[in-house]
Amino acid sequence: MATDISKLGVKAKWRDLTEGMVVAGAGTSREFNTGEWSANKPVFIEDKCKQCLLCAPVCPDSSIPVKDMKRGAFDYEHCKGCGICVKACPFGAITMEGVK
Amino acid sequence: MSYNFKETMNKPERLAPGHRMCAGCGGTIAVRNVLRGLHEGDKAVIGNATGCLEVSTFTYPYTAWEDSYIHNAFENAGATLSGVEGAYRALKKKGKLDETYKFITFGGDGGTYDIGLQSLSGAMERNHDMVYVCYDNGAYMNTGIQRSSATPMYADTTTTPVGTQSNGKPQNRKDLAAVIAAHDVPYVAQTTFVQNFKDLHIKAEKAIYTPGAAFLNIMAPCPRGWRYNTPDIMEICKLGVETCYWPLFEVVEGKWILNYEPKKKLPVEDFLRPQGRFKHLFKKGNEDLLEAFQKEVDRRWEELQFRCSR
Amino acid sequence: MAIALRQINPDVFPAFPITPSTEIPQYFASFVANGQVDTEFIPVESEHSSMSAAIGASAAGARSLTATSSCGMAYMWEELYIAASNRLPLALALVNRALSGPININCDHSDSMGARDSGWIQIYAENNQEAYDNMVQAYRISEHRDVRLPIMICQDGFITSHAVENIELLEDEEVKNFVGEYEPENYLLNPECPMAVGPYSITDYYMEAKRNQAEGMRNVSRVVLEVAKEYAALSGREYGLFEEYCLDDAETAMVIIGSAAGTAKDAVDKLRAAGEKVGLLKIRLYRPFPADEIAAALSHVKAIAVMDRAEGYTNHGGPLGADVMAALFRAKSDALAVNYIYGLGGRDVRVEDAEGVFATLKQMIKDGDAGETYRYLGIRE
Repeated sequence: MATDISKLGVKAKWRDLTEGMVVAGAGTSREFNTGEWSANKPVFIEDKCKQCLLCAPVCPDSSIPVKDMKRGAFDYEHCKGCGICVKACPFGAITMEGVK
Repeated sequence: MSYNFKETMNKPERLAPGHRMCAGCGGTIAVRNVLRGLHEGDKAVIGNATGCLEVSTFTYPYTAWEDSYIHNAFENAGATLSGVEGAYRALKKKGKLDETYKFITFGGDGGTYDIGLQSLSGAMERNHDMVYVCYDNGAYMNTGIQRSSATPMYADTTTTPVGTQSNGKPQNRKDLAAVIAAHDVPYVAQTTFVQNFKDLHIKAEKAIYTPGAAFLNIMAPCPRGWRYNTPDIMEICKLGVETCYWPLFEVVEGKWILNYEPKKKLPVEDFLRPQGRFKHLFKKGNEDLLEAFQKEVDRRWEELQFRCSR
Repeated sequence: MAIALRQINPDVFPAFPITPSTEIPQYFASFVANGQVDTEFIPVESEHSSMSAAIGASAAGARSLTATSSCGMAYMWEELYIAASNRLPLALALVNRALSGPININCDHSDSMGARDSGWIQIYAENNQEAYDNMVQAYRISEHRDVRLPIMICQDGFITSHAVENIELLEDEEVKNFVGEYEPENYLLNPECPMAVGPYSITDYYMEAKRNQAEGMRNVSRVVLEVAKEYAALSGREYGLFEEYCLDDAETAMVIIGSAAGTAKDAVDKLRAAGEKVGLLKIRLYRPFPADEIAAALSHVKAIAVMDRAEGYTNHGGPLGADVMAALFRAKSDALAVNYIYGLGGRDVRVEDAEGVFATLKQMIKDGDAGETYRYLGIRE
């Protein structure tokens, strides 16, 4: 059965921690917001996008979701604003302050 | 195996966001794209040597992994996954498990070239059905950019600092892919983030689905350690390949195959110039160092061409 | 030991040879080669890797173990802590041997004693019968849901491991039924739910994690006794946390671990025949340390010699000495106690040596003083 990590905040008592500190389940890091790390974010200009998907593999933070062969909106809750995707886009469909 | 980029990108994401790797980290780009080599429906157990990737992707209670994941220690990712794979075979044999699992372990160059080399060598020699992936960023980045045996010559690191009596790391980097190829494993490959990831995606799938032990060496730039402009990672990788500093090759059942030959081999200084760790090489009076670096790149490139021509 | 392992038929056994434990994986490899077990035997390239692979296998959901001695255990040091903190119920067949240097292949307890704080359960044997019986009981203790900790089954190198003794074995089927199937709750190869193991823990969690781990250890003594009771019903051989030998009315007593207890028992018999009120307490479960029970068993004894087959370099004795004396102190004991270092690197312990210890204890009672509490037995001065 998957671990309920909502009970495992930093104030959790010793009895409440999981045995052996294992976490049953997957992808619980989604609950951790890394989007706050930077205020400067890429902007997606959908009109210019040709859905080539070249931006998707370069994202270190899995913040360019792909579904049904199309990229969706940026996941700003996790995007750290590294700017790599801006340069990966051949069509100028992604812009970000300070990245050319 | 036919390859389709869009279909590969359309697969479910197997590394969740919310991990704490630095903005622009090459390590996670490598991981995400290797995991795209897995076929949908197949399960996996991921191993991991201690390093940036481990402390950032499984910070209790947050795991970024969509598959089962085990971190044990720094120097034993190979042995640990050997045990997991042994358990798989045992449970299969005893009829306790129906599903197909694949086994992939990730280590940085510290955990792979250096402290974990014995454990890796053992796992490769025993030919466990697993893939060991080294995301090579050429130094111990987790502890603060100390040199490793993967660090290129002359790189400025915190344990080979440039000073009045020092030009950075005095030694050349170890050719680990060749070392592992000498283990006579079924599949070894070197790649990085070029050709819109086609080379990496194909090699990852081959490595994962080749029965027996496989090794992937992936150049994964680290913006902090290499001191380049973070958004330029793809350009850095391209220059690594176009200068023949980081050639793309495979060793399949002992046969060396060169996957890419630049039409016009660029001078290695094109790769070095954007990186702060090589800044001192471009000072007046250090032309001989650049020359020595170029000579070593040429020597290795010729050696590789020779191996691949046989 | 190897026979017990054949009967247990574990899932995964990674191993690396080191004297004097080499025969365990050797015998086992022949069982594999002849189809007597269906274990995955992984001949790894080092002890660090044997424990690492055993950890991987155990986390994956398999029953796993390895065997080693001396420097082999020292080499797997960090892994011992990781196995325990991950709460993995794997077993280690440890054949005790002196640690280098100088390099020496014979028995003492410096290997396992050093690992006493690693979070492993440690059980020691006096002879091969006990080693076999302890191994058969091992997984029932370590896999118990209130425990889930790794277990070290220790026996003395050469003295026990290479001794030719007649022992009583259980039938294969009896062992199989007694040990049962391994059924972990969470494991890597669980198709229903993936699992992540081995996290980075920030300071906010680390101490709570250690306290959580300690809770498993707190349940060990109870489970050891429950399993021993069930095992006695099956085998007719009874085990406790420790063995009391002529201790009921003893005025002087020796506290000892391992094969030298057999020699000391001969001395006890001889002295008892001469009317001396001497006795012995032989430790079986050393970690966790049954301090209260030991202090109670020694409560009427006037002078005690604690025998350590390992140096502690504390300038006042070895690890068992420290544990027993702390137990006596907490129990407000007024017994006189000394701590002997003996048998290092395979140094023989003779019946006369043990008799000499009892004579010293008798003299201490007469003097009303223990004198120097940190002593060496059988050393050339």
